[in-house]
Amino acid sequence: MTAQTDAPLLRVCGLKTWFHTFGGVVKAVDGVSFDLSPGEILGIVGESGGGKSMVGFSIMGLIDKPGRIEAGEIIFDGRNLVSLDDNAMQAVRGRQIAMIFQDPMTALNPLYTIGNQLEEMLTLHTDLGPQARRERCIEMLAEVGIPQPEARLGAYPHQFSGGMRQRVVIAIAMIAGPRLLIADEPTTALDVTIQAQLLRLMKAQVEQRRTALIMITHDLAAVSQMADRIVVLYCGRVVEIGASAALIAGPRHPYTRGLLDSIPANHQGRSRLPQIPGTVPDIRKLPPGCSFAPRCPRAAERCRSEIPELTAAPAGGAFACHFPLEAAP
Amino acid sequence: MATNMPAAPSALRRFMASELAHNWLRSASAIAGSIIILGFVVMVTAGPYLTAQNPYDVRQLDIMEAFKPPMWLEGGTGQYILGTDQQGRDVWASIVYGSRISLFIGLAAMLGSALIGATLGLVAGFYGGRLDTVIMRIADIQLSFPSVLIALVLMSAFGTGVDKVLIALVSVGWVVYARTVRGATLREKSREYVQAARVSGLPNHKIILKHVLPNVLTPLIVIATIQVGTFILIEASLSFLGVGVPITQPSLGLLIKNGFDVLFSGLWWISVFPGLFIMLVVFGINLLGDFLRDELNPRLK
Repeated sequence: MTAQTDAPLLRVCGLKTWFHTFGGVVKAVDGVSFDLSPGEILGIVGESGGGKSMVGFSIMGLIDKPGRIEAGEIIFDGRNLVSLDDNAMQAVRGRQIAMIFQDPMTALNPLYTIGNQLEEMLTLHTDLGPQARRERCIEMLAEVGIPQPEARLGAYPHQFSGGMRQRVVIAIAMIAGPRLLIADEPTTALDVTIQAQLLRLMKAQVEQRRTALIMITHDLAAVSQMADRIVVLYCGRVVEIGASAALIAGPRHPYTRGLLDSIPANHQGRSRLPQIPGTVPDIRKLPPGCSFAPRCPRAAERCRSEIPELTAAPAGGAFACHFPLEAAP
Repeated sequence: MATNMPAAPSALRRFMASELAHNWLRSASAIAGSIIILGFVVMVTAGPYLTAQNPYDVRQLDIMEAFKPPMWLEGGTGQYILGTDQQGRDVWASIVYGSRISLFIGLAAMLGSALIGATLGLVAGFYGGRLDTVIMRIADIQLSFPSVLIALVLMSAFGTGVDKVLIALVSVGWVVYARTVRGATLREKSREYVQAARVSGLPNHKIILKHVLPNVLTPLIVIATIQVGTFILIEASLSFLGVGVPITQPSLGLLIKNGFDVLFSGLWWISVFPGLFIMLVVFGINLLGDFLRDELNPRLK
């Protein structure tokens, strides 16, 4: 299956996911492309309403009406997921691609024990017998750092703290051995002290199995420590993509710069935390040019009329800006 | 110690330790309601052993015993505690046998409408779209008519019979479930565990049955409880109006109708006792239903 290790596991190409509402067409994802190799960690970063989560749901094939994938390809392991029917997609979900969500408080069904919910994945996706399933569940819980896993199998979600629940959620996602994990704001709802622990846990989990990871977050600081590459989304479009270190050291797009500047740790001593002025525009009425132009300090006449194309930077990566920042020395 | 899981406590013990049981034991109205319902159920199941006479066995009837007043009035006898009717039937025996039919109709119609209504509500709420629109508009149209009126029209079309009463009641009753369950389904569907079940690759029917249904059961239980009472009342109304159960299977409502013709000639007991029984039963059911509603509805806590 993995004859050529260089071949990307996932290639998203020109993905457009639009929602046809009464108020107009919402282009939640509008021409997003990226690829991902086995074992790679990709961060997708952007503000709320930037269409980040919809990239994840599009890959999962779970776009609900009135949304639709208008164009583009999602090639996973050589197959175009966009063209698969629902039955074929169901075999991919959970088994090949798993996904975890933001809120560990509601991500587990309150009426079933966590053992039951873990086992459900194994029943669904493997041929293991009851005893083997049970052992695998205990093993998995131990791996994600749940103390006394055997005793905790019979516990209900409300008997766990938020951080422990998110560990269980990760265990459920990883237990069927997916090749791609999509984590949608996995640590946003947790205490800061626990965030780092869980990020380390996720990183260890995916590295150990060479699972590819897409980490969707608004927290550029968190993702920069984990991801190999970062995609910055704004209003459904990729504004910058690049290797993590290079993007953090020398962002080319003013939006990326703005996100970096608003991380508190990055400018100790300065009097006031800089912010990106304004808010994300109504995605139904995007400006004709660059969607970031109304908030951009560098915007000129050209930005307001012409949408910048994503152009490759000589140092690797790509950005979509008419007047990019200087490349890092 | 910690490695040994405590043995799973029995269902009864778990229930007695629950908050619901705790509050139930402290609510006078809930206990009263439960006692009334329990008494009614005992009366219905033990039926023939509580009465000397089978009121539907013509051989046991004696026309000479007709119009006997209750035992504590002049002319009453201990043999007929609540008196007799036009044909010499023991009113108490009629009530015991009639309650069977009333309760059976109430329960069966509740189960039928819960099954149909909950299924439609789950489907409408989970899949949404055109199916949802069609189901919910039918429900809206139906809700704009009084339920007794709809049942009355249906019964006039079908003719009398226990089975036909059931059909009429179910066609009236499913709407409440459909609407409630749909609303609860929409709420649960937006919870992440349902999303998580979807991304796990669980097929939709399994998500609905295993994940959504158990989480929408609470309002369902409350409605179902109160609806048994409502259905007993509607059935009594239909039977009173002569379009309910046939004369060979008289329910409490039909008993009231039987005595209604002679009510104003002073023979009040033939109608009044069945009427009191309906009142008592529905009162008991509503007491328990109200308690459950208050306990199980998180918004009222």
